[in-house]
Amino acid sequence: MTEIVALEALAARVAPGQSLAVPVDRSGVAMAATAAIVEAGIDNLHLICVPISGLQADLLIGAGAVKTLETSAISLGEAGGAPRFGAAVRAGSVTLRDATCPAIHAGLLAAQHGVPFMPIAGIIGSDLLEVRPDWKVIDSPVDEARKVVVVPAITPDVALFHAPEADRAGNVRIGRFRELATMAYAARKTLVTVERIVDRNLLETEESAAGVLPSLYVDAIAVAERGAWPLALWDEYPADEAEIARYASMARSEDGFRAYLSTFLTHRKQVA
Amino acid sequence: MSSDHERREILIATIADLLDGIRHVSVGASSPIPAAGAMLLRARNERDGKPPVRISILGSQAHNFFTNGGIELFDCAAQGRVDAFFLGGGQIDGEGNINLVGTGDYPRTDVRWPGSFGSAYLYHLVPRVILFREEHSPRVFVPKVDFVSARAITPEVPRRGGPYALLTNMALFDFDRDAGGFALRSVHPPFTPADIRENTGFAYAEPDVVRETPRPDAATLALLRGRVFDELAETYPAFARTMKRAA
Repeated sequence: MTEIVALEALAARVAPGQSLAVPVDRSGVAMAATAAIVEAGIDNLHLICVPISGLQADLLIGAGAVKTLETSAISLGEAGGAPRFGAAVRAGSVTLRDATCPAIHAGLLAAQHGVPFMPIAGIIGSDLLEVRPDWKVIDSPVDEARKVVVVPAITPDVALFHAPEADRAGNVRIGRFRELATMAYAARKTLVTVERIVDRNLLETEESAAGVLPSLYVDAIAVAERGAWPLALWDEYPADEAEIARYASMARSEDGFRAYLSTFLTHRKQVA
Repeated sequence: MSSDHERREILIATIADLLDGIRHVSVGASSPIPAAGAMLLRARNERDGKPPVRISILGSQAHNFFTNGGIELFDCAAQGRVDAFFLGGGQIDGEGNINLVGTGDYPRTDVRWPGSFGSAYLYHLVPRVILFREEHSPRVFVPKVDFVSARAITPEVPRRGGPYALLTNMALFDFDRDAGGFALRSVHPPFTPADIRENTGFAYAEPDVVRETPRPDAATLALLRGRVFDELAETYPAFARTMKRAA
């Protein structure tokens, strides 16, 4: 059964050294839980961005929580490049597993289907094949002879995201952000933060059930109001562009980042 | 003298022209000018009674019809249902290869850019990929990219996708898939073909007479400054505001 726990208890379910899958900024990023993870000193993470990330990844990298980074891109969007990611690349302090968006989706789909790999179109000719020796080019075993890329299954230890609401049984509304379901199907454990718990049964009607991830795939839920802040949560609140710009500017230096992080953690505690 | 917003209006109108005839164009993240170009084409076709254009803009709710999550764009492209897309590059070389990763030796690159996004895949699958990069300089347009995020030509595998054109602040190039290189099509006023030669680090074909990129006509500008910037404001409020104010 899905447990409903406090935010700190939810974060404590991520262990150092585990692989952690997180979604793209617009899909619902668990920023409050990210603060709790940093606060708890959970490190050596293998961060899997589905299929890219921004502020969340940069914050975790800057805090020294990430050992391996698997992503198709890290960017703060309109606010520009991700400064701690850039610094970590220069310092060589993070192991990079550069990818391309659909390959991350394909790896998760392989795990969803319980097969060891997934074929994927394109990619041939890209230097990504040089830096990702775990991606293979094979001769298609069916139809006309041709080369095709296969990528191994991605089975995250933990999937973590933020959503508007869950019901008491642990069913979570994910709207049309289906990648959140894919992450949960593929992961060994799924942790979700929500704005609120609702009393009605989200599976009650066809209409309400359509955009819902069933509790079968959800291990624990914590309530975190404005839990995606300063990122947006769809249909709930827009991104706090000024705050993200402030981060982008402060995080250019190590000292500035430390100052930002300290305020961010304090702020999260005050909200909680 | 061409101001910043006039230059951008030329780019947007040029993009709409490059997209002419497509059924569905998809626009990736952080791409206000390509998104405006796609919206201009849609509005113009509607006005002229031409076939409707579908657009899907990443990050938009109002101008995005996908319902199957982040994978749908990629599946849609694999099915041949995406006719046009835009890619950029920290470096772009004369063979049309693009680098979105960084300069120098991987992994500890001297300069690190965000990453390859969906380029390695979409370059193979979308027939009309428009390379769009505002900065036109020898550090962007290099003889050979340091890292190939996505390769333009791969004779070893069949593909329907690849570069169609390259649009910059200074010029418009066509990509010739048989020749495997770019050809200068037009230069944006006030630039000259000599300016382009000076600022392009790779070799390209140049016709004897190089045209000027046409400025958008009054009817196009009216559409752009009205409906298009209003539609764009949902996804790119700051950009739309600046463009409207300057017009």
